[in-house]
Amino acid sequence: MSGSIIDPRLANARAAPKRGMQLSWSDPVFRNIIWQTLIVGLIAGVIWYLAANTVRNLEVRHIATGLGFLSNTAGIPIAETLIPYDPATSTWGRAIAEGILNTLKVALVGIVLSTILGTLIGIGRLSKNWLVAKLTAVYVEVLRDLPLLLQLLFWYSLLQGLPGPRDFRGSTSIVFLTSRGLRLPLLNWEDAHSWALVVFVVGLIGTFLWNRAANKKQDATGTKPAVWPVALGLLIVLPVLVWAAMGAPWTLDVPVLKGFNMVGGGTITPEYFALLFGLVLYTASYIAEIVRSGIQAVPKGQWEAAGALGLHPFAVLRLVVLPQALRVIIPPMTSQFLNLTKNSSLAVAIGFQDVVSVSGTMLNQTGQAIEGVAIIMLTFLAFSLSISLFMNWYNARIALVER
Amino acid sequence: MATEAPAIVLDKVNKWYGAMHVLRDVTMNVAQKERVVVCGPSGSGKSTMIRCINRLETHQEGKIIVDGTELTDDLRALDTIRREVGMVFQSFNLFPHLTILENCTLAPISVRKMPKAEAEELAMDFLRKVKIPEQAKKFPGQLSGGQQQRVAIARALCMKPKIMLFDEPTSALDPEMIKEVLDTMVGLAESGMTMVCVTHEMGFARMVADRVVFMDRGEIVEQGTPTAMFETPQTDRLKLFLSQILRGH
Ligand SMILES: Nc1ncnc2c1ncn2[C@@H]1O[C@H](COP(=O)(O)OP(=O)(O)OP(=O)(O)O)[C@@H](O)[C@H]1O
Ligand SMILES: [Mg+2]
Repeated sequence: MSGSIIDPRLANARAAPKRGMQLSWSDPVFRNIIWQTLIVGLIAGVIWYLAANTVRNLEVRHIATGLGFLSNTAGIPIAETLIPYDPATSTWGRAIAEGILNTLKVALVGIVLSTILGTLIGIGRLSKNWLVAKLTAVYVEVLRDLPLLLQLLFWYSLLQGLPGPRDFRGSTSIVFLTSRGLRLPLLNWEDAHSWALVVFVVGLIGTFLWNRAANKKQDATGTKPAVWPVALGLLIVLPVLVWAAMGAPWTLDVPVLKGFNMVGGGTITPEYFALLFGLVLYTASYIAEIVRSGIQAVPKGQWEAAGALGLHPFAVLRLVVLPQALRVIIPPMTSQFLNLTKNSSLAVAIGFQDVVSVSGTMLNQTGQAIEGVAIIMLTFLAFSLSISLFMNWYNARIALVER
Repeated sequence: MATEAPAIVLDKVNKWYGAMHVLRDVTMNVAQKERVVVCGPSGSGKSTMIRCINRLETHQEGKIIVDGTELTDDLRALDTIRREVGMVFQSFNLFPHLTILENCTLAPISVRKMPKAEAEELAMDFLRKVKIPEQAKKFPGQLSGGQQQRVAIARALCMKPKIMLFDEPTSALDPEMIKEVLDTMVGLAESGMTMVCVTHEMGFARMVADRVVFMDRGEIVEQGTPTAMFETPQTDRLKLFLSQILRGH
């Protein structure tokens, strides 16, 4: 792609004529420059006005700007923490980090679950089974039409209506769904588990490599060696053997009722549960429509042509329909992922401490309004840009070269 | 007549779309290596009949036997038939996300479990036969309609079918491209392929057809050699149809 190599076919091509700019309103270049100068000037003026105004207000109220407050003790309780947090000693910086992690926890899990659920429902809407098609259609219509905030409050109040921990006195169950959340037994983590996990990850890489080798073999001989026995061996049998060889430790931290509350095990709080559940059900209804329309966008003739060549329906879906449908599906899917992430800020309404909620508390208690809002904005900007970048990368990877 | 079993047997086939009776007691045998042209007015059930032969549509009554295998709900029978019957559509239906070569190798690789190199060699052979080997690396959208239809023919041939079905393969094409596709089909006919072809190209029918079948309102009204059918039509419906066709040309 060097500019110095002249294509012989272009031998008698000539450069486009150069146009000079005239200082006249009838010249489009001149006109554009004037407009752009005016707009940039206007924006700069507004920003300058806002900044000056803010600085003066902050001075009047004796509020120091800057991020120094982040190392002050927060002193607020946070119900759900992913990193160690102590209300008495932890700083605002750490409190906000908890908030960011909580947002991340909702957004990531929510995106994965709503994609799975949405895809299933979208395919269900195309089902030839009357009941499946109708039920999924009703699902989409109902969940899409009700405001998300209403849905979140509904799920949250539904969870609040569950029996309290005390009502489980004498129960021999090890899983408890109470008004204080879902309590699950946890595995007491030991070295044997870590090693089994390491072997599993190595097995994952091994399976991937085997699959590649199998594809090569298929190109060469026509038949693809089975992948599943290798996967089974590397991903399940081997890790289990390692775990067994190390004494097969298996003890559970089971939740038990102590006094008025449960102790032990792990908890999923009703706030997180309601937020995740509401977001997933709501977003899945949109994703279902995207998946359905994406598959329907592939003409019926593609199914017929592939079927007439002897491909089975599943192979048609995998080799012919999905590659075409995905190009239609991915851009709107990206928007839904972004929507889910941003909608997670409705957490405030049901008391889940995401980044908006924690920053809001911080803002009230310290008066650092600009910093608080900036933190929220930067968090969502960073999340959104990451999602967009990832999806654009994926889209480019599967994009059609030509059509 | 051939002593072998017929390639295709349709015995009193009936089909309805809802309340509409679109195939009425259609009975027809196609011998091995026979070339049958099907014609008739729009909506007469030509596509429906030909699509029943490889079970893109299902019939409700009667019997269809293709190369000794009866078409039923049995999936294995379906597999057998789909491998032995190739189909070419009016709208080409090439896979737009795959190159010409990949369009041709997809089914041999994934259905016939053929090594990739062998499938590509086979595909290039057929692309040479339809006279577009130089387009192998392009995508369907970069080809003219006539070229796309020739690729579609090559794609079907790569499965080495015993029978080829054509549903108006030239009616979506500009006049100057019709000839190149018809030439390809004539070549195929000369190679001894069993063919059932829905078309209104009378010149093609005269040149290659052993028999012309005329359908109207879901029934086979009249059949015979091209000469007999076009020069001494017996029924009023065929006479009317021929007069309309000729006026159209
Ligand atoms: N999927 C379908 N559902 C309902 N009716 C159909 C369907 N496909 C075809 N028909 C009807 O069945 C009848 C026969 O259609 P068919 O496509 O077989 O006609 P054709 O002879 O191929 O006509 P043309 O020359 O226009 O292609 C028509 O009346 C048509 O409207
Ligand atoms: Mg038709």
